[in-house]
Amino acid sequence: MKTQPTIVSDLLHLDAAAEIERITGWIRETVFHKLRRKGAVIGVSGGIDSAVVSCLCARALGNNRVLTLFMPEADSSSDSLRLGRMVTESLNVKSMLEDISPILTGARCYERRDASIRLVVPEYGDGYRCKIVLPGLLDGSRYAIFSIVVQSPDGQTKKVRLTPEAYLGIVAATNFKQRVRKMMEYHHADLLQYAVAGTPNLLEYDQGFFVKNGDGAADFKPIAHLYKSQVYQLAAYLGVPEEIRRRPPTTDTYTLEQSQEEFYFTLPYEQMDLCLYGKDHGISASDLAHACGMTEDLVERAYHMIESKRKVARYLHMQSITID
Amino acid sequence: MLQAIRRFVIDNYLFGEDAKFGNEDSFMETGIIDSTGILELVRFVESTYRIKVTDEEFIPDNLDSVTKLVSFIHAKQSTSVQTDRETPVQFAESSLQ
Repeated sequence: MKTQPTIVSDLLHLDAAAEIERITGWIRETVFHKLRRKGAVIGVSGGIDSAVVSCLCARALGNNRVLTLFMPEADSSSDSLRLGRMVTESLNVKSMLEDISPILTGARCYERRDASIRLVVPEYGDGYRCKIVLPGLLDGSRYAIFSIVVQSPDGQTKKVRLTPEAYLGIVAATNFKQRVRKMMEYHHADLLQYAVAGTPNLLEYDQGFFVKNGDGAADFKPIAHLYKSQVYQLAAYLGVPEEIRRRPPTTDTYTLEQSQEEFYFTLPYEQMDLCLYGKDHGISASDLAHACGMTEDLVERAYHMIESKRKVARYLHMQSITID
Repeated sequence: MLQAIRRFVIDNYLFGEDAKFGNEDSFMETGIIDSTGILELVRFVESTYRIKVTDEEFIPDNLDSVTKLVSFIHAKQSTSVQTDRETPVQFAESSLQ
């Protein structure tokens, strides 16, 4: 009988060298021949996905045909820019800094968000910080209901369940961030006749963890078929700096540090990857639980959540619909 | 109550088309209500029936069909009446989230 680690690593292990060869060939074919563009623009966040996509594009197209964009805004962590620069300097690709805060201010992104927060936290104002959270999947069979965590200037925090209006208002306002970044990527793509690379991994792509016409938009998505764990495998092979590989996945959208787990997935990505794999490969909850050291109940809830998120993601994936 | 909740669900999530929707049908399994929809449904229930739903009560056993919701509201109202008689101020504060 296999040991747990062997089974787990077997499930998501890939031959990094062969996969990189396959992806870089696909990027060349897609960008040069299908899209007929001269290079690629990539928004670099300082995270693992955009780092890997930058490496792959530089390998595929040549470092002189890649433009990376840093697009911080008022709520961004300073780490994002520092780590983003680390990637592009190691690749010796062109990069540009576009501070998108003035555009977001002009669109009243922050003002709209704060007004929505005040629907449930009336005292919210200058100096406050916030993030949106979901209960973890370990919190029993509760519905995944969003709450907001706010921190006052004197460090007091409180958590409040969101009303539908507040939740939708906050999300609609913060979605400006992803959409403005994509607008900026296409601006530079237009200038250079480049294509825009998308950076979602399979977990994000499948489960709808993206903003429609924001980070969900791109001309090509070279890692959308890879589980997050596999992206890390490629990152190690490609020599992505260790600090980036060790950085916990973050949304970098709210003023309080927010993990992707608490905002969307409700499980660590390693477990989400395994559950997504198990569900898509017909592995029963009990078999996967046994193999991966999770409880059967947890895997069953994860399978159910995956299906629920897929239903929500259908709309996000839809293109404009026209009459036949 | 059952008809009012059924009407709310049909109007808001089935766009007025109620051909095959049963009062026992699971909102989750049929996929007609997502997590934002549950927030809307609970807000409707709280404002219409003057109850407060705690985070811990956001579970399918309470909210996942019209009939479950009706039973849950009846139970809450009956608890509320009892608690209200005993410690009305305490109940009002503790139910806020």
